Amino acid sequence: MTDKTAQLEKLANERILVMDGAMGTMIQKHKLQEVDYRGERFKDWPSDLKGNNDLLVLTNPDVIAGIHAAFLEAGADIIETNTFNGTSISMADYDMQEFAYEINVEGAKLARRVADEWTSKTPHKPRFVAGSIGPTNKTLSVSPDVNNPGFREVNFDDVVAAYKTQVEGLIDGGADIILIETVFDTLNAKAAIFATQDVFEERGIELPIMLSCTVTDMSGRNLSGQTIEAFWYSVKHAKPFTIGLNCAFGAEHLRPHAVTLSAIADTRVAIYPNAGLPNEMGEYDESPEVTGAHLHGWAEEGLLNIVGGCCGTTPEHIKAIADGVAGVRPRKVPTVAPAMRLSGIDPISIINAAE
Amino acid sequence: MSKPTAQFINVGERTNVAGSAKFKKLIFEGNYEEAVSIARHQVEGGAQIIDINFDDAMLDAEEAMETFLKLIAAEPDIARVPVMIDSSKWSVIETGLKCVQGKAVVNSISMKEGREPFVAQAKRIMRYGAAVVVMAFDEKGQADSIDRKYEICKKSYDILVNEVGFPPEDIIFDPNIFAVATGIEEHDNYGVDFIEATRLIKRNLPHAKVSGGVSNVSFSFRGNNPVREAMHSVFLYHAIKAGMDMGIVNAGQLTVYSDIPDELRERVEDVILNRRSDATERLLEIADQFKGQGGVTRVEDLTWREQPVEKRLEHALVKGIADYIEEDTEEARQKYARPIQVIEGPLMDGMNVVGDLFGAGEMFLPQVVKSARVMKQSVAYLQPYIEAEKEEGSKAKGKIVMATVKGDVHDIGKNIVGVVLQCNNFEVIDLGVMVPWADILKAANDHDADMIGLSGLITPSLDEMVTVASEMKRAEFDMPLLIGGATTSRVHTAVKIAPEYDGPVTHVLDASRAVGVASQLVSEDGKAAFVQKTRDEYAEILRKRLAKPKSDRLVSLGDARANKATPDFESFTPVRPSFIGTKVFEDFPLEQLVERIDWTPFFRTWELAGTYPAILDDDIVGESARNLFADAQAMLKQIVDEKWLTAKGVVGFWPANADGDDVVLYTGDNRNEELSRVHFLRQQVQKREGRANDCLADFIAPVGTKPDWMGGFVVTAGHGIAPHLERFQAAHDDYSDIMLKALADRLAEAFAEKMHELVRKELWGFAADEVLTNEELIKERYSSIRPAPGYPACPDHSEKPELFRLLDAENAVGVKLTDSFAMVPTAAVSGYYFAHPETHYFGVGKIGDDQLADYAARREVDMDQATRWLRPNLAD
Repeated sequence: MTDKTAQLEKLANERILVMDGAMGTMIQKHKLQEVDYRGERFKDWPSDLKGNNDLLVLTNPDVIAGIHAAFLEAGADIIETNTFNGTSISMADYDMQEFAYEINVEGAKLARRVADEWTSKTPHKPRFVAGSIGPTNKTLSVSPDVNNPGFREVNFDDVVAAYKTQVEGLIDGGADIILIETVFDTLNAKAAIFATQDVFEERGIELPIMLSCTVTDMSGRNLSGQTIEAFWYSVKHAKPFTIGLNCAFGAEHLRPHAVTLSAIADTRVAIYPNAGLPNEMGEYDESPEVTGAHLHGWAEEGLLNIVGGCCGTTPEHIKAIADGVAGVRPRKVPTVAPAMRLSGIDPISIINAAE
Repeated sequence: MSKPTAQFINVGERTNVAGSAKFKKLIFEGNYEEAVSIARHQVEGGAQIIDINFDDAMLDAEEAMETFLKLIAAEPDIARVPVMIDSSKWSVIETGLKCVQGKAVVNSISMKEGREPFVAQAKRIMRYGAAVVVMAFDEKGQADSIDRKYEICKKSYDILVNEVGFPPEDIIFDPNIFAVATGIEEHDNYGVDFIEATRLIKRNLPHAKVSGGVSNVSFSFRGNNPVREAMHSVFLYHAIKAGMDMGIVNAGQLTVYSDIPDELRERVEDVILNRRSDATERLLEIADQFKGQGGVTRVEDLTWREQPVEKRLEHALVKGIADYIEEDTEEARQKYARPIQVIEGPLMDGMNVVGDLFGAGEMFLPQVVKSARVMKQSVAYLQPYIEAEKEEGSKAKGKIVMATVKGDVHDIGKNIVGVVLQCNNFEVIDLGVMVPWADILKAANDHDADMIGLSGLITPSLDEMVTVASEMKRAEFDMPLLIGGATTSRVHTAVKIAPEYDGPVTHVLDASRAVGVASQLVSEDGKAAFVQKTRDEYAEILRKRLAKPKSDRLVSLGDARANKATPDFESFTPVRPSFIGTKVFEDFPLEQLVERIDWTPFFRTWELAGTYPAILDDDIVGESARNLFADAQAMLKQIVDEKWLTAKGVVGFWPANADGDDVVLYTGDNRNEELSRVHFLRQQVQKREGRANDCLADFIAPVGTKPDWMGGFVVTAGHGIAPHLERFQAAHDDYSDIMLKALADRLAEAFAEKMHELVRKELWGFAADEVLTNEELIKERYSSIRPAPGYPACPDHSEKPELFRLLDAENAVGVKLTDSFAMVPTAAVSGYYFAHPETHYFGVGKIGDDQLADYAARREVDMDQATRWLRPNLAD
């Protein structure tokens, strides 16, 4: 275990840690244009690059550094690298597969630099970098062609290979944590876990893994159909530092699923909801006070170990959340009796009455 | 939180090609849609986990596993339960693990090949996040005693938990359930061994689970379901108390422990728990009393004899009872004015009942053939009286000329169709086998037939059928043409045969469809519509076929060769066989073949779907299968005791090296004189990354590398069959006729398996220390293959004559080849032997024109000749 990991665990045992808020909505506020995305380096790139947010760590790093700094200033203990789409699979949209590794290295270096600046400013509150790994834009369990349910756009090995490059980049750039987030297809997440553990084994290191699922409807299933409990059994072998939920809804609607997860997970729980539901203009308008109040309530109930924000959450939201959970004891990780727990899209626990 | 299941977990076994003949058939046909519905039925039926297995020598199990798992992922009502990825091949397991989002169970790994692969596989499984079944199996073999079972499980557990870090709650042990009451004393304690090993495992290996295949335990009582069910219930009662958590069980096949009659329960308990030395005999004593349903003692019920003669005849026909047929026929003859009225009246009425029951799926083929035997015997009895009256026979529904086409000698299927048609009042003119087209056309003319039925089993027969069709057109026939037989298909009929003939052409899938098709074709009202419908369907198939962008994307022969299979010849050194040249087995003991019979195909011959032995207990066809099996056993005993058949075989080995896609055989070890060349074909279908374009030659060391060898064989169990078949035909006994042919075929296959084992262990000797159970042998869980010319890996039948020449097979074992390379006697198997551990069965599939030209050059024949030989493999 690295010193950084030991420090993280110690802190997580003492208090509820705070993650940062939305990267995407913060970038939108800068109203960047095509030319800003291209920078000098890609000014002649054949395809449009506007919207390739991850590319900004190469072409406009100051914007990203500024957002990191704003969240750290608001009180975040953990910031996420701007590498959510940093796989060759997602980068193929811009024909930029070859830059996947570089984006992850630079994205992690950038977050590392800003986090270290804040650690030296507030040594009593060390800051951590979580290397963000998104689900990619392809799914391993769901066919994109309704007439051909057995079809897949990618296979497991391809996804593992893409994730390995991403994980190597994040580690080389100095990430403290591997954050596999917004899991809409559990098999993609399993590929990410597989890749991460391969890299750990090859390098003889181990970093904490955070896993975060996204439910896509009120019934609490992800896009590939699993319930939260089934998801947990599918990924438990990662021995994650945290298991959690992000995105989808605001805190209000996410609550029942957070309660479920908190009851079954014998590891820490991390939740970072959106700032409510989008309004008719597609904007998130839940106020920082409302978000903060919700999450304060959750903390009091003992549901949280780590908390932050997803879509629409600003530094103000993060400050409200940090204030809301300050001084509240973190959720106590329960002991769960060992049993064979399997899953399809539903969970099953096999417990022999004779035992 | 999900409710923990406290009961015993039922693992569904139907999505397993070894466990369900239906599933296997669907997978082989590529009918995944139906195969998926089997999975759905299992889950609806209460399976809490579904076991999925595609281990079959003729299947690309990896591809099937991937396809199937991806399809069921799209079905929420199936995908809700976890899957058990079942294969003896690690690559198949890993392919499966890459397709499931849930937490699955791997079935299985063991220390069979030692500690290292076991540890490596366990680590991989952890990385994929699955649970695992561990078999009590190590390098010494499968564990049978309590001590061995526990010792291996304990050792596996310690390695997994302490060394690998495997979560103990994710381990399931399978400590092997074996059959008890086999009459062999060493087996008596097998039930106790499992139960006690379970107790030790559960007590000493915290959190581990125990599972097993329950039906094995009652194997020696197959055919007696009530006793088997009682044995399963008693076994589970005690095993679950000892801690057994889950098992592969047919839930429909369990009685409630407390419902078992006291006497039966006590004696079954004696057997399962090995409580007394005479337990088996005591259970056998009473077993038959329970054989009937519900444990009621069975006495032959003769009440039907009290009914009027018409009802008695019907009963005899439906039940296939020939015991009283002559006296009943005589009584009817006296009762009716004319003998023909007996046939037209009660006999036809009875056969109509049979036909209806068969059509409704309430009777099965073996019973129908027995019914036909009774019918024929009755008609034979009446024949002299009818002739004495010199009257015309009754008007049949229709007349069909049937033949197995030229070059082909297989007739079991054709005979079955003939019997079924006769049962339904068709007149069948059976021309036999190897019938040239001219004879078929002449017979159809002479008899003024209503239709012609062609049959064939080997692929060259497909071409011969095309010839018959085009000759029918030349002769300006317009009668319907029916096509049937194992290699025929609706698509082939539509695409290749129908366009050659202007009259109606229909493919008939099996005997059960034959009556429907033939009846439509002679029906005044229905014929036109049926013919038009079939024509439209076939035209549509043809149109799709022509319009279809080639689904089999072929790569060039050059690219295919560049992507050849690259088995490891670095560390593998081929073994020199114990002799070079041939060795003949004049009279191989039949007894040794009987135990090696794979019964599943036998049931398929009789159109009974299911896997042996499970088919004997099948809810639907079980009774039919049991009766058939009993008859088969009785005849088999006669075959062996009275030496009806003689088994002969010849095996040969030659120094060999691959030269491109050819294998060169040399006259001697110095390899300076070429004896012969075997020409193989290479897959040209576009392969996925990491998959080779296989050719059998790839598995022989190339010229100039290492010395290697190849083998060949011909075995037959068909000598001596003719007089018996004549005897049965004289007695109007199609049932015995078909039975004997089917058994001879099985014995020949068993001989091929037995010979292959002898080759592996002794004659070639590259696997001298192979230890496999009979079940594993049937599942072909060994390396080395014996592909036959004309089958998917080497699809050209025309390579057979050279193999026969090398083995001098005609002189050595008396097996000849027809013009179309079919073997006579038909109960014969031939093939090559390959020894490299990485060799495997595959299908060459479609090949391109470039390979056709290359092959023609290698064989030194013109393109037309090569095209005829390879037609089934040529891309459209």
